[in-house]
Amino acid sequence: MNQQNVRKDDFESRSRHLHELSDEQLKKRFWELTEQTVKPLIDLAMTHTTPSIERSILLRMGFSSIEAKTLVEKVIDHQLMGKGAGNVVYILAKIDNLNIRTAGLKLIADNGWERVIAHFGGKS
Amino acid sequence: MILPNEKLNLKNILSNLENYAPRRHNWTWRKPLPHLHLGTYDYSDTSEPLKNSVPPMASKSFGFIDPQPREVITTEIASGRFEDDIRRMRMAAWHGADHIMVIRTAGQSHFDGLIEGTPQGIGGVPITRKQIRATRKALDMIEDEVGRPINFHSYVSGVAGPEIAVMYAEEGVNGAHQDPQYNVLYRNINMIRSFVDAAESKRIMAGARMLQIDGAHNANATAKEAWKVMPELLVQHAINCAFSVNVGMEKTNIALSTVPPTASPAPDLKVNLPYAVALRDFFTGYRMRAQMNTKYMESSTREATVTHVLNMMISKLTSADIQSTITPDEGRNVPWHMYNIEACDTARQALIGMDGMADLVEVRKDGYMQSKVREIKERAVLFLEEMLETGGYFQAVENGFFIDSGIFPERNGDGISRKINGGIGANTVFERDTDYFAPVPSHFGYNNVKQYGIGRNENPASVIGGSTFEDRRKIQYIDELDPIDNVETRMAENKRYQNGNLIRPEVQWQGDGVVVVDLTLPTSGQIAMAAALEIGKRMNLKDVEVIHKEILHPAEGTRIQIKGQVDFDIDITTLTVPKIPVVLSDAEITAFVKIHPIKIVAATVGEDEHSVGLREIIDIKHGGIEQYGITCNYLGTSVPIDKLVDAAIEINADAILLSTIISHDDIHYKNMKKINDYAIEKGIRDRIIIIAGGTQVTPEMAVKQGIDAGFGRGTKGVQVATFLVNRLRGSEKL
Repeated sequence: MNQQNVRKDDFESRSRHLHELSDEQLKKRFWELTEQTVKPLIDLAMTHTTPSIERSILLRMGFSSIEAKTLVEKVIDHQLMGKGAGNVVYILAKIDNLNIRTAGLKLIADNGWERVIAHFGGKS
Repeated sequence: MILPNEKLNLKNILSNLENYAPRRHNWTWRKPLPHLHLGTYDYSDTSEPLKNSVPPMASKSFGFIDPQPREVITTEIASGRFEDDIRRMRMAAWHGADHIMVIRTAGQSHFDGLIEGTPQGIGGVPITRKQIRATRKALDMIEDEVGRPINFHSYVSGVAGPEIAVMYAEEGVNGAHQDPQYNVLYRNINMIRSFVDAAESKRIMAGARMLQIDGAHNANATAKEAWKVMPELLVQHAINCAFSVNVGMEKTNIALSTVPPTASPAPDLKVNLPYAVALRDFFTGYRMRAQMNTKYMESSTREATVTHVLNMMISKLTSADIQSTITPDEGRNVPWHMYNIEACDTARQALIGMDGMADLVEVRKDGYMQSKVREIKERAVLFLEEMLETGGYFQAVENGFFIDSGIFPERNGDGISRKINGGIGANTVFERDTDYFAPVPSHFGYNNVKQYGIGRNENPASVIGGSTFEDRRKIQYIDELDPIDNVETRMAENKRYQNGNLIRPEVQWQGDGVVVVDLTLPTSGQIAMAAALEIGKRMNLKDVEVIHKEILHPAEGTRIQIKGQVDFDIDITTLTVPKIPVVLSDAEITAFVKIHPIKIVAATVGEDEHSVGLREIIDIKHGGIEQYGITCNYLGTSVPIDKLVDAAIEINADAILLSTIISHDDIHYKNMKKINDYAIEKGIRDRIIIIAGGTQVTPEMAVKQGIDAGFGRGTKGVQVATFLVNRLRGSEKL
């Protein structure tokens, strides 16, 4: 038990400022506070990605779950997550003039990474 | 199209799965019928009836009507073997379920990626593309059979949420639980990872128009005093709802998973009803998935059922779009076949029984209700205020705000606390660069499509010639990965059951052999349990366990239920199966008798004092022929043959019913011959029907004695009445 988090029920005094609100106003306040709570979470999701998101993108591009797993691991190893795993495959397909699946399988076989890295400015 | 008397053919379901395509992706609601006239009743809250169903047992007295409630009815199935689950799904559909929820195997939420093939699970199935596809294919057949779309549902949670969501969208899963708070609080998955993943999962679900159900009900099941989390429940629902709407989900595709927080012996309605009203006041426009209380379930299936019926009264007094069911055995084991069916039946019976509730009673908006509803809402607002003061959601979780056993703002310091940078999948979130790109539809957040010349409203997958969402031929289908743990192996093990000639009792898996024995023992609880185990062993049951104990009196008696296994099969080809007698309906018999009054005389003949059997055939209170308006003159027992015939002549009876129980030296057949001869002698044989009955009577042997019909053991009044009506109709035609 965390003693800092122990508090007697002070509902009566704590809720005084809410008493003058009508039911509609109280509901409005509830949803405004919720939006404020959720906004930073949405912003975070807008600007970030995860291995699962990238694998889900590769699935939609026509890769199997096993291929997607390996591909994303390699994208992480090459520090290219910020570009997007789908982007990495797409770029190699463009550079080498391949279809998407062939490009992805090539990357799984550890081929073509240097061209992808060079394209993205040699960051890896 | 599968026929009702055919079993699902697993081999057919598994064949050509690689080319299976689902019929639809979106959720389907029932078609409401605000005015339904069925039998002699008018219903207000029903939906379209089913093509095939097993109606409630009492429907026998109501012309076998089976009105369907307006609410979608959910059943949760979790045997761990999809091939057994699909049979149960079919049973449940016939009992009114149109939302089938498949529980995932223990540990799947920590599995970093998709599982493939058909491995067996624990407390649920490993959700894989193959299992989903096979199940959806079976559900297609089942929904055609019952004549109503069935929604298929599972979970989008864990550290592979977005991938699972993609697979569901591709495979026609119509609904899913998705709530990042579930990951954080109950699965200890990193909170940043959970929310970032959730946005993508929700966007994918929104694209497929799947229904989302949140995870707030878990707070209720986890909290020490469940009702005290009411303010927090509103907050949890709100976070998931607002997050989902911001991601792009329609409100009407978002359902709140709401559970009446407490249960009797607490004053159920006094606590649960204000809460239900407060919730619905705040969450207008969202869907309500009313779940049943699990927190206070013990091993009594009856007690659980009462709680669940009270829960449905809350649903009817407020609102529910989906009525979920909890199987009444969930307090003692993973749900068994028959309890899924019981739960569906409980929901159908209770909801139909409360049809038109809104026209009958109104929930008060003043006094106790008003002040309680308001208090719950204010406490929830206070929760949000303090959460924001603390630094937001993540910080509040770290500070143990959630699942605290105090009723907020009371806090007992025992909430679940998770570290912002801790948990499974911590430090696996990556910032997107300015040139980040994902060439797929249904993708949430920043996507630099402009760099490749893709328009704002264009599908980003246009640059790769479309995704699996537009062209499902692009889906890479994996059949099996494990050569041993798969459905083919399990089918081979159970091969002997496949042609249907061998059967064994089961509760969840084909051939599991589990039986339940219900015992009332005249002793105290502890002794009764030990005695019950011994009884199970002497009954040759294997792995005997006590699954339920109920004290009838501390000294006088204990009720025990044991489960155990039988290890033999029954070959149905060796059974003597009695033919089902063809009988007329009660209404048809009554109608005939009304126009053509029937009189009979009846007696037990010879030196025979047995009377029970004949009385059951005659007496109205035993369901005998009197109920149809047939006039019965009962002469008693040990009645001489001539006296019985003379009585028939005297009242001009249509038929004689004689009962002959004693069969020593074939005396019963001799008496039949004797009565036939005497009736001929008296000149009435051609205008009277003679029927004999008794435990040792064989119908064919009786007819050989010259009488009209014989009835053996187990005969019901309706069979005798049917015979009389058919015979009299026949003579009419002559």
